[in-house]
Amino acid sequence: MTAIPLGMPAFPTAARDGVHDEVLRANLRHATHTIRDKRARAVAELADWDRLREAGKAVKDHTLRHLDRYLLELEESVTAAGGTVHWAADADEANRIVTALVLATGEREVVKVKSMATQEIGLNEALEAAGIAAYETDLAELIVQLGHDRPSHILVPAIHRNRAEIRDIFRTEMASWGRPAPDGLGDDPRELAEAARLHLREKFLRAKVAVSGANFMVAETGTMVVLESEGNGRMCLTLPDTLISVVGIEKVVPTFRDLEIFLQTLPRSSTAERMNPYTTMWTGTTDGDGPTAFHLVLLDNGRTDTLADAVGRQALRCIRCSACLNVCPVYERAGGHAYGSVYPGPIGAILSPQLRGTASEIDASLPYASTLCGACYEVCPVAIDIPEVLVHLRERVAQGGPVTREGIRVRIRPARGHTAERAAMRAARLLLDRPGALRAGERLLSRAHRLRPRRLPGPGRAWTDSRELPRPPAESFRDWWTRERGDRGEEHR
Amino acid sequence: MSTRDLILGRIRRAVDGPDTEVPRDYLREHGARTPEQSADLLAAHLTEYRATVHRADEDDLPPLLARLLARRGSATVLVPPDLPPHWLADADVTVVHDLAASTPLELDGVDSVVTGCALAVAETGTLVLDAGPEQGRRRITLIPDHHVCVVRIPDRLVDSIPQALDRLDPTRPLTWISGPSATSDIELDRVEGVHGPRTLEVVLLGGSAQ
Repeated sequence: MTAIPLGMPAFPTAARDGVHDEVLRANLRHATHTIRDKRARAVAELADWDRLREAGKAVKDHTLRHLDRYLLELEESVTAAGGTVHWAADADEANRIVTALVLATGEREVVKVKSMATQEIGLNEALEAAGIAAYETDLAELIVQLGHDRPSHILVPAIHRNRAEIRDIFRTEMASWGRPAPDGLGDDPRELAEAARLHLREKFLRAKVAVSGANFMVAETGTMVVLESEGNGRMCLTLPDTLISVVGIEKVVPTFRDLEIFLQTLPRSSTAERMNPYTTMWTGTTDGDGPTAFHLVLLDNGRTDTLADAVGRQALRCIRCSACLNVCPVYERAGGHAYGSVYPGPIGAILSPQLRGTASEIDASLPYASTLCGACYEVCPVAIDIPEVLVHLRERVAQGGPVTREGIRVRIRPARGHTAERAAMRAARLLLDRPGALRAGERLLSRAHRLRPRRLPGPGRAWTDSRELPRPPAESFRDWWTRERGDRGEEHR
Repeated sequence: MSTRDLILGRIRRAVDGPDTEVPRDYLREHGARTPEQSADLLAAHLTEYRATVHRADEDDLPPLLARLLARRGSATVLVPPDLPPHWLADADVTVVHDLAASTPLELDGVDSVVTGCALAVAETGTLVLDAGPEQGRRRITLIPDHHVCVVRIPDRLVDSIPQALDRLDPTRPLTWISGPSATSDIELDRVEGVHGPRTLEVVLLGGSAQ
């Protein structure tokens, strides 16, 4: 199954570092607010945005409903176009397939296009264990890789770093991977991009094997689609002899025509542009143009389990635009690392606990990493009701119930730590059913309001860790009502 | 059981419920335009991406291309095999052909590339290359740092993405280009030029030539 960073604590603990890191919060605030305002303008240009959103949602739902049929059609089209299709049930199997394919070429280096799927399965680490060096070529991924760091955003993985930090990483780390940073490198983004260009160009021009993901796969034609900005994608997708693409099975769409929806909604939702600078579409192999060998690795890794959940499966519509991250008040303050997954933010909070299950502390805490404000649903270009899935997963964590794990229907128990919460809810019900006892309790609380502790003891402590304990009023509402409007109030009794 | 059958079996057990009809009531184009207005919109959007846009008719094209290459100081120019020879008739440059044997490293030494395109999309400011006539292989528009792309107006111009997909052949390798290479990875500041051509010049050929 998917790797969780070692010893990853639950979200509230992991988020504390982010919330208290002022540089990180400033970097994130600047970045998310910039892109959020720009996105709103890009979306407002299309009068039919709501219809495109509905169509995108419907294409994805229809495809998921007939996923077996479309994957088989895709396999046939890719094979007919000169590609080879492999199927991987989990991360280990996908890593084994890719490693074997690379070793078979005789090469020990690969260049990589930014891909969430290969991060999800920990491909770079698996390749490294087999003696293969994997070079990330997206600028932000390069910053993350050189900085021995983890990505913190779907679109801009190094969003948590500012220019000075990036300059320092380039100065100290570039030499160990290839061409060193130019002498006297400053922190102007233009200079930093130029340093990355020089560093990576020597890798692109000699690379024999590339690994990518894909934004879309077209069942009818076998066409693969990658959207990008820098040209590193085009370099990797066209210069090497062998191209290996690892793609989640949910990325398939039925027809070439369906792309007309997503090519309009994805760039505007993602980078807030009318269109991203480069999109590459390829169908198998083309004689004399581009790679001579193309391998497609279709990845399950928890996706079919997610598909088995009637409420949660809508997370598989996700086209990884990251609009939900940029509007999320929780992401903006906690940062992407706190989510303990390559999928941070609101979509990560519903995707990770479904792909990986809720057994770990971090995954059980993710459905709670939200204020349920609904902004993520508003911006989602495929209308994933993230709050609905969050509430659904909270119920699963708190109460347990039937889930599908690795294709098998099982019943899980409530996650640890929720026993106390359920006891408290039972006690509350007892009290609310007895108005007399409730009134007495309220009076007692009012009288004791000066003695309010900052933190609750015992099981309540976790609650007050991240919240201010509300101040009890000096007088209960019932008492106030009786005092102020006593007679009329009594009439209605 | 093979992994393929395992995954397909899991899917078949997982899916249930009614099917979804895909509503296609979204627009085929956003607004009505004359061909001139479409060309203007394409030019405006390309300019916004910091590409440089020029206009020419058939007779102006050779001197214009010569000026663009001279201004850039380009001595060598990569061209697709079937680029009309008269396009570069006025240019004082060495023409380089993309041979099967040429390595990416060799192409890296070339100053500029001149191509046509399969079509251009006005609403998004996008050029689409499909390795067809006047375009060559995908790599030639990628490696040199200066790309001059000629768009025939009005026959290679469409208004919208849906219209573009109608006309494209998915079995060909397709490269969609919207402005020069760019990154926003550092503090979301847009910087033109990382790995692809850092300078994109577009010539709108025909139509309302100046």
